[in-house]
Amino acid sequence: MHIPDGFVSAPVATVGCVVAAGCVAYAVRATNKKMGEKQIPLMGVLAAFIFAAQMLNFPVAGGTSGHFVGAALAAIFLGPWAGILVMTCVLVVQCLVFQDGGLFALGANIFNMGIVACFISYYVYRGASLFGGQKRGKLVGGGLTAWLSVVIASVACAFELAISGTIPLGIALPAMAGVHALIGIGEGAITAAVLSLIMATRVDLLELEKA
Amino acid sequence: MKFKWWHGALIFALFWALLSPLASSSPDGLERVAEDKGFMEAAREAVFEVIPDYVMPGVGNEAVATILAGIIGTLMLFGIGYGVARVLKTKKG
Repeated sequence: MHIPDGFVSAPVATVGCVVAAGCVAYAVRATNKKMGEKQIPLMGVLAAFIFAAQMLNFPVAGGTSGHFVGAALAAIFLGPWAGILVMTCVLVVQCLVFQDGGLFALGANIFNMGIVACFISYYVYRGASLFGGQKRGKLVGGGLTAWLSVVIASVACAFELAISGTIPLGIALPAMAGVHALIGIGEGAITAAVLSLIMATRVDLLELEKA
Repeated sequence: MKFKWWHGALIFALFWALLSPLASSSPDGLERVAEDKGFMEAAREAVFEVIPDYVMPGVGNEAVATILAGIIGTLMLFGIGYGVARVLKTKKG
């Protein structure tokens, strides 16, 4: 879902960069306050894994592919603010080194796949876990959360395309949400698989975000 | 050096990078919408290129070039993620 330059107008790109910069600055302060020793390698491996997994586009219906985003995974492990920082690292490297996502659209991409996706994920996951902390409940909650995060991020993207005058909202919204409802199934499956692997090996890593 | 949990996790991430040549090359969700709805041509070329499209330039075999790009990116992000976290941990402000 990386927006290339040209899909969003200069005002939308500018607002995206300003909002992203503000949020990342706040995320640095918020993360600074509650950073523990275990989070250091965790942030490193999450950024590394999310980058690697994002490269693996999987086919969905009709000659289309989708890829993992990872915001839900990051937010479940680290909370929304540190999650945003991990997603920002990934998106900045993808933009600057791999030319995935436009330079001017970087703010909009951080907004959609970092800020929006991490916040949706964090609060929905926390909300879902109120209904029971059983292992299966957490896996189902994590998977559904991950699906939702991709769909909502694509809705944010549709709004940006529409405000930019690239495509009317009435066309962008169902098209983006529709295809990402399929892609999100992959997101949910990968997120649940990783959570299940962690629960089987180092369940304590999932307990770090209890503030 | 003692083997720590995150060494295993990093190897796990690198293993995914090794699988990168298997990725589908079909357009992704946004590209599909852009093609179907006719605004694909609005996309502009990148201002500069380093490792465009996750293929290491100058490597003949595309699978090898993709794996190299994947490993470079994965290690780079481990370093950046770890480094950012380390700085945030030490600089209590």
